[in-house]
Amino acid sequence: MTLLLKVENLTVAYGKVEAISGVGLAIPEGRIVTVIGPNGAGKSTLLNAVMGLLPSRGRIVYAGQEVMQAKVEARVGAGLCLVPEKRELFAQMSVADNLLLGGYSRRHVRDDSRARDLDAMYTLFPRLRERHAQQARTLSGGERQMLALARALMARPKLLMLDEPSLGLAPRIVREVLEAVASLRDRGMSVLLVEQNARAALSVADYAYVLETGTVALEGPAREVAANPRVTETYIGVGHGAGAQREASTPLAAS
Amino acid sequence: MTIRTTLLVVFLLALAAAPFVLPEYYVTLLNYIGLGSLATLGIVLLTGIGGLTSFGQAAFVGIGAYATAYATTAWGFSPWFALPLGLFAAAACALAIGAVTLRLSGHYLPLSTIAWSLSLYYLVGNLPVLGAHDGITGLPAVSLFGVVLDDARSFSFLIWIFVLLGLLSVHNLLGSRAGRAIRCLRGRSTMAEAFGVDTTRLKVAIFVHAALLAAASGWLYAHLVRFVNPTPFGLNVGIEYLFMAVVGGVGQLAGAVVGAGVMVVLRDVLQDVAARVLGVSGAIEIVAYGVLIIVLLQNARAGIVPFVTRRLPAPEPLKVPDDAPSLPMRDRPARGETVLVADKVVRRFGGLVAVNEVSFTLKAGEILGVIGPNGAGKSTLFNLLSGVLPLTGGAISVLGRAANGLTSRAIARLGLARTFQHVQLRGDMSVLENVALGAHMRSRKGILSAILRLDRKEEGALLAEALRQLERVGLADSRNVPAGSLALGQQRIVEIARALASDPVVLLLDEPAAGLRYHEKQALAALLDSLRAEGMSILIVEHDMDFVMNLVDRLVVMEFGRPIASGVPGAVQNDPAVLEAYLGGAV
Amino acid sequence: MNSIIALLLIQDGLTMGAVYALLALVLVMVFSVTRVILVAQGELVSYGALTMASLQAGHLPGTALIAVAGGVIAAAMELWAYARGPRSRTHLVAAALYVLVPLAVFGLVAALAPQGSGAFVRVLLTLLIVVPLGPILYRVAFQPLASAPVLVLLIVAVALHFVLTGLGLIAFGAEGVRVAPLIDGMLRFGPYFLSAQALFTIAITLALIAALFVFFGSTLSGKALRATAFNEVGARLVGISTTGSGLLAFSLAALIGTVSGILIGSFATIYYDTGFIIGLKGFVAAILGGLGSYPLAAFGAVLVGLLESGSSFFASAFKDVLVFALIIPILMWRSFSAGHAEEEEE
Repeated sequence: MTLLLKVENLTVAYGKVEAISGVGLAIPEGRIVTVIGPNGAGKSTLLNAVMGLLPSRGRIVYAGQEVMQAKVEARVGAGLCLVPEKRELFAQMSVADNLLLGGYSRRHVRDDSRARDLDAMYTLFPRLRERHAQQARTLSGGERQMLALARALMARPKLLMLDEPSLGLAPRIVREVLEAVASLRDRGMSVLLVEQNARAALSVADYAYVLETGTVALEGPAREVAANPRVTETYIGVGHGAGAQREASTPLAAS
Repeated sequence: MTIRTTLLVVFLLALAAAPFVLPEYYVTLLNYIGLGSLATLGIVLLTGIGGLTSFGQAAFVGIGAYATAYATTAWGFSPWFALPLGLFAAAACALAIGAVTLRLSGHYLPLSTIAWSLSLYYLVGNLPVLGAHDGITGLPAVSLFGVVLDDARSFSFLIWIFVLLGLLSVHNLLGSRAGRAIRCLRGRSTMAEAFGVDTTRLKVAIFVHAALLAAASGWLYAHLVRFVNPTPFGLNVGIEYLFMAVVGGVGQLAGAVVGAGVMVVLRDVLQDVAARVLGVSGAIEIVAYGVLIIVLLQNARAGIVPFVTRRLPAPEPLKVPDDAPSLPMRDRPARGETVLVADKVVRRFGGLVAVNEVSFTLKAGEILGVIGPNGAGKSTLFNLLSGVLPLTGGAISVLGRAANGLTSRAIARLGLARTFQHVQLRGDMSVLENVALGAHMRSRKGILSAILRLDRKEEGALLAEALRQLERVGLADSRNVPAGSLALGQQRIVEIARALASDPVVLLLDEPAAGLRYHEKQALAALLDSLRAEGMSILIVEHDMDFVMNLVDRLVVMEFGRPIASGVPGAVQNDPAVLEAYLGGAV
Repeated sequence: MNSIIALLLIQDGLTMGAVYALLALVLVMVFSVTRVILVAQGELVSYGALTMASLQAGHLPGTALIAVAGGVIAAAMELWAYARGPRSRTHLVAAALYVLVPLAVFGLVAALAPQGSGAFVRVLLTLLIVVPLGPILYRVAFQPLASAPVLVLLIVAVALHFVLTGLGLIAFGAEGVRVAPLIDGMLRFGPYFLSAQALFTIAITLALIAALFVFFGSTLSGKALRATAFNEVGARLVGISTTGSGLLAFSLAALIGTVSGILIGSFATIYYDTGFIIGLKGFVAAILGGLGSYPLAAFGAVLVGLLESGSSFFASAFKDVLVFALIIPILMWRSFSAGHAEEEEE
């Protein structure tokens, strides 16, 4: 099994405060890996650093290449794409323009593949076809999420990083989004999924990391992590009475 | 003696000796450095510390110069009588201009200062009564205690006395209640307003102070040269003062002097070299001047002074007097009395209903939690309660008084104090000073008493109160370090101490546990628990259910803007709607 | 004042207004893409006029040499980046382009300038000389400061303005020049005369504005530039290079500046330092549009042009006072209508 992404000893500091410190991560080709953890644990920071949006120290090897020094656009060109937590759509531009710009990194490709990709996105998300001429800012939360995902797919990513795709979505739509993510794996894409909704994330992932206060507290196959009693209590279950609550508060790192 | 005081003393001694030992030519340069320093000091206060960029400083220098030129030649006033006249004219103009332009946000202020300094320049250049482009000649010399200051050497003392007084005034101002608020204007004004600081008034005040420094520089210039015309007060010169400040270090008092020194000398050297080596003048030096500025800023964006002070030991910490009087306290409601009521609060953004008919009451001495998944509308609700956003519908009252439509400043006065989800401390200010800002509303001393140091008793009381609150939260040992050097967990505690310093009735906490380590969360929970025991009422908006469950008396759970459950933690956590919201897309 | 004079004033006002509109559009575009308030835009205008006049006089314009020198510095910076950082081939390609393009243009101009070529060739040569300065200036002055605060970028822009003014003085001397109009003659309508060059200027300006409109609305590069202006992070995430956008924005700024200079040079005498005040008026127009709205900026530009030509007739000494004082009431109106939208930048 070849590794598509290998992160070693990654540290990001804001001033003197380290948001993540010494994080290691590996993503094999064609797998879904999830990073779960509480608010402020450094999950988004990790993704932004891998994407090159934040300066970091350590080592990031993507598709066999050291990319620590590479610019964001070079990483996108190599098929490393991020759907960020804030989505970062071009709000004043049309849905179609957002998608077209999604394929910007493939602008030198001469065949009609970009046009076909656009059509494929409209087939995948029929709502976007209906609204292709509307400005992105007029879309609902769920539609924005679709557009952000479709825009990233237009770049034909090898590794797609998703930051909280369930954010602000109704449970039913969350399920749809995660099914879509699972189908990406079937097409050979690797996915790095960051989620608050731990149960949902663990149900589609192959492998999981638990991030707490900037460090990896636990890792393992998703099934095992999901079965770990501390993870169950801290991130999955809420209704186990006060005694369980108190115990759940002990940090995973200590266990 | 510390290195900093040694440097200062050496500088002062050199300054005092310079006019006696330096050749005439260098004394003249020194005079121009002094004049530049005084005007640039205004830019440091306004732009570097207050965050307001102005290109119009030279225009205020011009107002000072023209006022004395006209008053001494046309009316025959003594220069000493014309000085307050010029200062008054500059202050009046600054007030008028400030009232209009300081309301403008972002880039409008620098742009409008370009506009009015150009207008003023062309206006003066075309007014026959001010001599149009030829200017006004034959200004009298200034005499001091019977000594006529009519040469560069004697005038040097006058200039540098003004510079030192100017430096002292800004230094005194910054080390005061108003000064702390001024230092929060740049990038922290939402926070400052939440602690009762009238940021607009302060902006106008520093604009006027900068104008006064400029006008004093203009008065000195006019009586040094004994002639004025519009050229030295044009936009180019206004830009040059900005250059001086940025090159010296725009956030530093010493930056004004260093920047003016470097730029005046640089200009002179370049002119000299251009004339001597190339035999031409005018073009080469301006090219070299521009190139040097670009190269400097590409390599040291913060300027020269920070480059040096980083290598010096930290300045002496502030002293908190032991015998400081205590600040006035407000009457506290009895335990169980209702302190905060939200009644069907609604907030819409366009078509989106971010907060939809949320109601709750908070009683004195209890902790109420508002929880919900990300995007549930908790932060919007928080902003409504703290007055950052106006309500679309419903009502909020604090201690029985309606808080609808009040600014965050007015809400702070009612007794609500808040913390911020993204910590809003001034990282370069000490922990103690950050906390002292919280007590802003509990003291009255203004800018003038700060400059004249008539505020020391109250200042001591403020610092003592800040220290008391730091002791209360257990961070007294860290009081003298810059707030930015603390870990996130401690920074959040400092925010709570700052809120406590305002002597609040209700404490509003916005996701205080986010990003905290396990033992930090425990410390935070213990602190909040002890505050409740002292009778404090706390509203806590949190994402971390675990943290909230063990702490609060009652809970409101939100999802998609609506309250979906409320009650005691035990009941809420078994509520099916809550389970669904938190477990979400269980597949 | 009779109707003939009124028409002349309006004609003058509209012509200058059209040019200010072009400059205002570019200032808005450059600012929204790079956060640089391009004070030096005015120098590109005067360089355009001075270069054109110099070619018309059969000289070799000094700007060709300035471009070569700038290109060498830019190339050196690229090579330095190559030596220090990731050894990306793009650095080497860029370095080669920065050196070779201005050199080739210099050779071409040196060969053609003395021969006295036609008007069209001169316009083309002027563009070839001045436009490469746009990306060169971005590379040398602003690219190293990509994440700097707006204030620092502004100071650098002003310093750059000084550098270019000084170089202009060295290259062209202190003498003013007039560009020979590209089209001569007057059109007569009864008692009224219209200058053909004025109509030509307005036509070219409108055509350029239309071309910009098409570029931003219908091409992928144009959309990418708009995307950078709207949302820089989003743009980077789809693979749009911030540096590339900056270079493109500055190239457009140089193109528009040069064309404006060639056009404006036949109405007004252009000195090495005239550009600054012309740029400022474009700037006034841009401010009227709030540094964000293109139609409002264009409207402001026409207003500035008309006000200027009107006041030059009624109160010529106060011409510039009136133009710049105009900003204050408009800013007041904007501030009271826009409400409070604070940008918290540290």
